[in-house]
Amino acid sequence: MTARSGVWLVVMVVALVLVPVLIGSPFYVNLASQVLIYAILAMSLNLLVGFGGLTSLGHAAYLGFAAYVTIYLTTLAGFGQFSGALIALVATTGLAMLFGFLALRASGLGFLMITLALGQILWGLAFRWVSLTGGDNGLGGMQRPHPFGIDLGDPNAFYYFALCFFLVAFAGIALFVRSPFGHSLRGSRDQPRRMRALGYNVWFVQWCGFVYAGFWGAIAGILYAYYNQFVSPHALNLMTSAETLLMVIAGGAGTLFGPIVGAVLVVVLKNVVSAYIARWVMLLGAVFVMIVLFMPEGLVPGTTRWTKLALGRRRRAAGGGPGEATGTAAVQERSS
Amino acid sequence: MNFWVIQGLNGLAFGSLLFILAAGFSLIFGLMRVANLAHGAFFMLGAYVGLSAIDNGMNFWVAILIGGLTVCVLGGVMEGLILRRLAGQPLAQVLVTLGIAFIIADGCLWLWSGDPRPLPMPSELQGVLRFGGLIFPKYRLFVVVVAVCLAGALWLLLERSRVGAMIRAGVDDMEMARVMGIRTSLLFPLVFCLGSALAGAGGVLAGPILSVYPSMDTDMLPMALVVVILGGVGSLGGAFVGALVIGFIYSYGQALVPDLAYVILFLPMVLVLTIRPTGLFGRRLV
Amino acid sequence: MLRPGGILSALVLSAVLGTVGAQAQDNGPIKVGFLTVKSGALAAGGRQMEEGLKLCVDQHDGKMAGRKIDVITADTAGQPAVTKTKTQELVERDNVDVLIGPLAAFEALAIDDYIRKVKVPIISPSAAAEDLTQRKPNPWFVRAVGTSAQAHHPLGEYAAKDLGYKKIAIIADDFAFGHEIASGFQRVFKDNGGEIVQKLWPPLNTADYGSYITQIDPDVDAVFAAFAGGNGIKFLGQYRNYGMTKPVLGSMTTVDEGILKNMGDEALGVISAGWYSAGIDTPTNQAFVKAVRKAYGSDPGYYTVGAYMACQFLNNALEQVHGDVSDKQAFMKALRNVNIDKSPYGPVKIDDYGQPIMDIEIRKVEKKDGRLQNTVIKTYPAVSQFWTYDPKKFLAGPVYSRDYDGGGEKK
Repeated sequence: MTARSGVWLVVMVVALVLVPVLIGSPFYVNLASQVLIYAILAMSLNLLVGFGGLTSLGHAAYLGFAAYVTIYLTTLAGFGQFSGALIALVATTGLAMLFGFLALRASGLGFLMITLALGQILWGLAFRWVSLTGGDNGLGGMQRPHPFGIDLGDPNAFYYFALCFFLVAFAGIALFVRSPFGHSLRGSRDQPRRMRALGYNVWFVQWCGFVYAGFWGAIAGILYAYYNQFVSPHALNLMTSAETLLMVIAGGAGTLFGPIVGAVLVVVLKNVVSAYIARWVMLLGAVFVMIVLFMPEGLVPGTTRWTKLALGRRRRAAGGGPGEATGTAAVQERSS
Repeated sequence: MNFWVIQGLNGLAFGSLLFILAAGFSLIFGLMRVANLAHGAFFMLGAYVGLSAIDNGMNFWVAILIGGLTVCVLGGVMEGLILRRLAGQPLAQVLVTLGIAFIIADGCLWLWSGDPRPLPMPSELQGVLRFGGLIFPKYRLFVVVVAVCLAGALWLLLERSRVGAMIRAGVDDMEMARVMGIRTSLLFPLVFCLGSALAGAGGVLAGPILSVYPSMDTDMLPMALVVVILGGVGSLGGAFVGALVIGFIYSYGQALVPDLAYVILFLPMVLVLTIRPTGLFGRRLV
Repeated sequence: MLRPGGILSALVLSAVLGTVGAQAQDNGPIKVGFLTVKSGALAAGGRQMEEGLKLCVDQHDGKMAGRKIDVITADTAGQPAVTKTKTQELVERDNVDVLIGPLAAFEALAIDDYIRKVKVPIISPSAAAEDLTQRKPNPWFVRAVGTSAQAHHPLGEYAAKDLGYKKIAIIADDFAFGHEIASGFQRVFKDNGGEIVQKLWPPLNTADYGSYITQIDPDVDAVFAAFAGGNGIKFLGQYRNYGMTKPVLGSMTTVDEGILKNMGDEALGVISAGWYSAGIDTPTNQAFVKAVRKAYGSDPGYYTVGAYMACQFLNNALEQVHGDVSDKQAFMKALRNVNIDKSPYGPVKIDDYGQPIMDIEIRKVEKKDGRLQNTVIKTYPAVSQFWTYDPKKFLAGPVYSRDYDGGGEKK
């Protein structure tokens, strides 16, 4: 993290606050709210994929589970908005504790498969346990809350509501990653043996990361429930997990801004571009392939690298230092 | 009694189908450490190409060949142009294989209109066999025979041929194999093409049972993963036994505990992996 | 490049694109938002809906009650969250006057609350979920197709009375549509003295029906198979492949014309019920079938005729209000008041819940001129979604579900 990313942070916050003012149309404000929700989900998955080196293909579990619990409690079980959301948050974090315990028995592809299987089991339960979940028809009838008398039915109000959570999530994740604990999570990704030799309990570090990711996944799920006012097994299915994973990797795993960019890319392609291009799924696939071909590390780090490359060239042309030039050469070598 | 025999046969047939589906995936992952998440899409594409071959008057066996070859070429191109650059970058591999899966799935929808289609089975394999009061479709028994032959052929290839020895060396220790002068730049495309061809031909072979339809890829990919993981990654024998075990669990499970039909494949896998993270027969997981 | 600031510029750009062509004018075209599925597993049905709608609009030369019809199509991808976004897009950005769609019941339910909130009339060309016109009727909703059970109540009577079946095994897709169809059939079949000896519920994405088929009780008189999408093809193929000879009764979608065209002899002899068949021998329907064959090369089925009829409902309502949709209440009242004498379905009128009352055909798959078709073998005229039951009692009774245990009350 450098001063430059600090500048970007300020730009991002200002831009995000101004979004409703600048675009005006409620439809696009709603779309921006969705981007924020998926960005929170992608950022939480990034904790595992990017910082923990644990590729999960079951992250929709937390989104869907939290959404189901929220809607079930507030519409069918008679809980209040706040208590319903709180219980959903606690229950989903508990679920992450259990899932983390099971999934972290394995690593690599084994980890991916256990998370996938756990996600599918949850999906199967949602589909099959009709009395509780409404089966494939799902649960609806959810009302958005009115915190402090503000009607969140209004697109702008909801956007700012989601933005608050987004900023808190961003800060929470950024601070976590930079904390000593975050460093040990990255250490457990890069040098598990050395970490063990240094006396770290690698399993526990990863488990804590897993639960923390589940917590933010739950926040995304509660917002999803408020936004859509509806939930069905689709929120839990493999496609949702895969899309979230693709957001993280496409934007740049292990970077703070990457998942956000990935979320924008997928949500906009799916909801806006699809109105103009019938074969948008193919386009999405092609975009992923292109990203891998030109920026295999993801959009955000890739763009940074290319910008540096361009700047380096300019500086070299102006007689820049040799250090800069060798740095560029090293980067070029890595990309080829 | 009849119940156990007939469901056992069902399990055997379905397990055989799963082996044909998973063998290519296992082969590729074992050697190259690439989890080809486009494998389900390859399977579906093979089925669609085979269907078109039959529509154009070719017979079933030629259709299997064409389905396999088409996907084989596609796999070769994908390996040569993209995957080759991504060795040791698992996240980029996930992104690109899923991206290609999206392209293939949407492309199939475009070219074949999304109507579900039955794939006609060859006339000589239609009908049923009867033995002692039991009735079982000929075609399913044929699938079992194919799976056994395939397992045998792959075993011969890996254990008794020079290429096989090179592959085994690569699976065991890639660095050492390179030091010994094995040219992985030739071996990788070869194995990837073979694995892809198996997916494509398998799709055509499965067509008469599963029919051909747009979400075939996402239905089948998790099953291939389950088989490979349960059997132990990179172990062909493991994949074979894993496929049969899954086939039996699927068949008996759906009949005996219908309430668990949705989790019948995934629950045992979670149990096995949490108790034995390397799978039933695997030596190690990466 | 897409840096954080890119979120903004991307959205601003889209907003600029979006504001073009907003604001409906009184004498401008009537804007019809059409929610269909063009990508993913349900795309085949979505395409057929699109064809049905296009044919209807073309037959009216793009004009209804003197006003131009402007159809704006959106792809929901068969996902509830996208369906909601697309509906918002059509309502808030494009200011549509009326919606036609969506395809699946879970999509219709996902936007149910939103429709109530924004009060835009919506005509369903496909989604058959019972409660949309029963226990949770939406005042802005009218359906142009039957409910799940509407055609299968009469089939239950036909199976017991005309076919004389006593014992039947049910095998159906394990989701709400399958549950509702199976329950409706079961209820009336048992009312007429029949017995359901077995119910099997394979999951929607079952790859292999082998272990279900081999469980079917060998002593039943027939099997009632209720499948949707491509599962009918898969099931019937595997059923015949196992050498099964028990007669098959099907739901409307098991042998729908949309998939029947790709089936082989395995479908021959299947008796099913529906509010439509391409084989209905009336001049209106035969002209319709001919037009569809000419335009798209195949017979119309569930989705094609559903969207076509949704469009005819729209036309009928627009004529009632003389093309004036500015009074939404009056327009909605007209939609609820649709009454068509001659249509591919036959005569249609709407009940108090927004659900058509229409003829139900009992159909048998036969081969005619080298192609399979659903020949009509009996017609039950003017069937309500409540069959012969009293609506109030019907609604007070148990919901049609997986565990529905009713029927046989009036033996």
